[in-house]
Amino acid sequence: MRKMLLAALSRVLQGPAAAARPVSRVVVASRNYADFTSEATFDIKKCDLHLLEEGPPVTAVLTREEGLRYYRTMHTIRRMELKSDQLYKQKIIRGFCHLCDGQEACCVGLQAAMKQTDHLITAYRAHGYVHTRGTPVREILAELTGRKGGCAKGKGGSMHMYGPNFYGGNGIVGAQVPLGAGIALACKYFGKDEICLTLYGDGAANQGQIFETYNMAALWKLPCIFICENNRYGMGTSVERAAASTDYYKRGDYIPGIRVDGMDILCVREATKFAAEHCRSGKGPMLMELQTYRYHGHSMSDPGISYRTREEIQEVRSKSDPITLLKDRMVNSNLSSVEELKEIDVEVRKEIEDAAQFATTDPEPPLEDLGNHIYKNEPPFEVRGPSQWIKYKSVC
Amino acid sequence: MAAAAGLGLRRVLVLASRLGQLRAGMGGRLLPLAAGPRRHAAHFTFQPDAEPSAHGQTQKMNLFQSITSALDNTLSRDPTAVIFGEDVAFGGVFRCTVGLRDKYGKDRVFNTPLCEQGIVGFGIGVAVAGATAIAEIQFADYIFPAFDQIVNEAAKYRYRSGDLFNCGSLTIRAPWGCVGHGALYHSQSPEAFFAHCPGIKVVIPRSPLQAKGLLLSCIEDKNPCIFFEPKILYRAAVEQVPVEPYYIPLSQAEVLQEGSDVTLVAWGTQVHVIREVATMAQEKLGVSCEVIDLKTILPWDTEAVCKSVVKTGRLLISHEAPLTGGFASEISSTVQEVDALPDTRSKSVTGKLCELWHSPTMDPNLHWKKSRTLHSNGRWPPHHLPSIPTEY
Repeated sequence: MRKMLLAALSRVLQGPAAAARPVSRVVVASRNYADFTSEATFDIKKCDLHLLEEGPPVTAVLTREEGLRYYRTMHTIRRMELKSDQLYKQKIIRGFCHLCDGQEACCVGLQAAMKQTDHLITAYRAHGYVHTRGTPVREILAELTGRKGGCAKGKGGSMHMYGPNFYGGNGIVGAQVPLGAGIALACKYFGKDEICLTLYGDGAANQGQIFETYNMAALWKLPCIFICENNRYGMGTSVERAAASTDYYKRGDYIPGIRVDGMDILCVREATKFAAEHCRSGKGPMLMELQTYRYHGHSMSDPGISYRTREEIQEVRSKSDPITLLKDRMVNSNLSSVEELKEIDVEVRKEIEDAAQFATTDPEPPLEDLGNHIYKNEPPFEVRGPSQWIKYKSVC
Repeated sequence: MAAAAGLGLRRVLVLASRLGQLRAGMGGRLLPLAAGPRRHAAHFTFQPDAEPSAHGQTQKMNLFQSITSALDNTLSRDPTAVIFGEDVAFGGVFRCTVGLRDKYGKDRVFNTPLCEQGIVGFGIGVAVAGATAIAEIQFADYIFPAFDQIVNEAAKYRYRSGDLFNCGSLTIRAPWGCVGHGALYHSQSPEAFFAHCPGIKVVIPRSPLQAKGLLLSCIEDKNPCIFFEPKILYRAAVEQVPVEPYYIPLSQAEVLQEGSDVTLVAWGTQVHVIREVATMAQEKLGVSCEVIDLKTILPWDTEAVCKSVVKTGRLLISHEAPLTGGFASEISSTVQEVDALPDTRSKSVTGKLCELWHSPTMDPNLHWKKSRTLHSNGRWPPHHLPSIPTEY
């Protein structure tokens, strides 16, 4: 260190030509990562509890490696969503596109706490979950642009993406919740110590079938975590105007619930670990409400400012942005530095650019695929097109 | 004669698909992009009807404005009328209820939470108690949670109570049909599911002028009605529509164009497509088509359609919904039982005479349309395959 400073000093004293070179550059270039701490403990917000004596812990340990991983993943999702926004506006992505920027802490936090063998099902705001469950960005973007390199072979689009142990990607809100309970039943039946995380939104929380599912899950003690992603608006309706009780974590009535700060990834992770432990030990289902926020409107055709103010969005962005929260924590406790995180930003940006390039140049699915996957049938059967002379082969 | 009829029809069949290719050649507007699917214009051009003179002053309105006008008339004349549904208060996702809450108050135009079963169940209750209930389901694709309420409660109330109670003042409105980018859950045409249910009425207009008259008739009608509004026409269809209320009778089909060689039947958006086909058939191949807009799916005007088929001897029905169990099969089987058709024809009717399919006049490259008409029920969202028609 002293030698370094001496070298810097001598350069400064050497004269104007040398002085023009900023000394700080020399210092940064030789900083090594051994300067960082390997882990740090943070205080996290206490969760509100329903029918529980104890809740998740109020402190969380974050290792450097985990921190960098979460940061990278959240940043990837953020960039991916912004890229999708851009591609949509260029009309390269068509149809419906529901973006989840602002809610990255939910997807990454849940994934951090669950095992790869656990199951997850959600509604249509799913791009983040598709990625955290294991699908690479290029396949997601290719699916959005409808190419055959997409994760659903270009046939699903934004709302119907699936992946390993990830059941979508569902269009009708609330309909995925009984499905999730069914998956949980299968988990219990097969006895492989797996659980199912079933997500729905604050709008869907008023659907009747969700309450039917609560009953079944509690009755049969299914290993199911019901997760309500409360981003305060069901399309354009704020929660106060839609729900008689906005305490979504209590709506399970006889199902224990916790309310979690969904913008803090550590909070989400600890709460999910707690809930997963509860389910795995056979105590039955649990309900988690993640209080989060989305920056974009409901979908790309919604500007998102007619039912909320720009100031509100700005406020959340400046005070509770999940990525900024993590970044500040890491930098302030010396788990990383601003420069290192910037390097990650650059890498992520490049990755997204490459993925977008793939997504715009990959060919579309061939016409022969039109009739596939309707029924499972051997041998393949013929499917009639719009006129009696046009037939497609249905192969599955 | 049967052979000739069959041959004649076959000519029409071939004509129809060739017409599609001709249209493509004549060029829908193609907007090539550097990367990504090509986009075509909408698959038809809306032709407005003539301005009616019988109902007083008219105003230029598109479909959603004509719906607003009908609802406005209803709320002003009927003090018991209420409108509810998801997001109707600010005007609705298709702007059909703009301004009504400000004009009539928040106790008459209000939002419901996200619960279709609840909306319709609630609507039935409101209607049974004597108020006029106009429920909106945000997209026809979301009507299925309410299917039980419609079929088991609304349709059967009068019957099971021996006419003591009824929910006749219930009208359910829902945007319906393809729009170009809707995919699985924003494009469905579920009229066939409801056609199977006695006790309700199902109505689908083709234009603003028709929509206002038919919607007002549905609201007046003493039976629960489902009113499907073709969403692709919300902005694309513009006509001069009377400002005052007027009523178009239900269960009466309309012959839009007289013809002698073949009868074309459709409803909603597809009427405009077959009208274009009829024109082309006349110009290119000298085939005279009789075009019928069915308007009411249940109870449908059997007399008008059968009378037309007896005259022309050939029938072609076109709808967006899938083939199997689609409403065309009901029309087809009814027509085949008509005594007035000569024996030789009735034989060939079973296979050759009466043909029905979907969108034969489409540009064959309009795969998204074809995909929705797959034989075994196929519902499929290739909303980003090549050659997708643009939305309006």
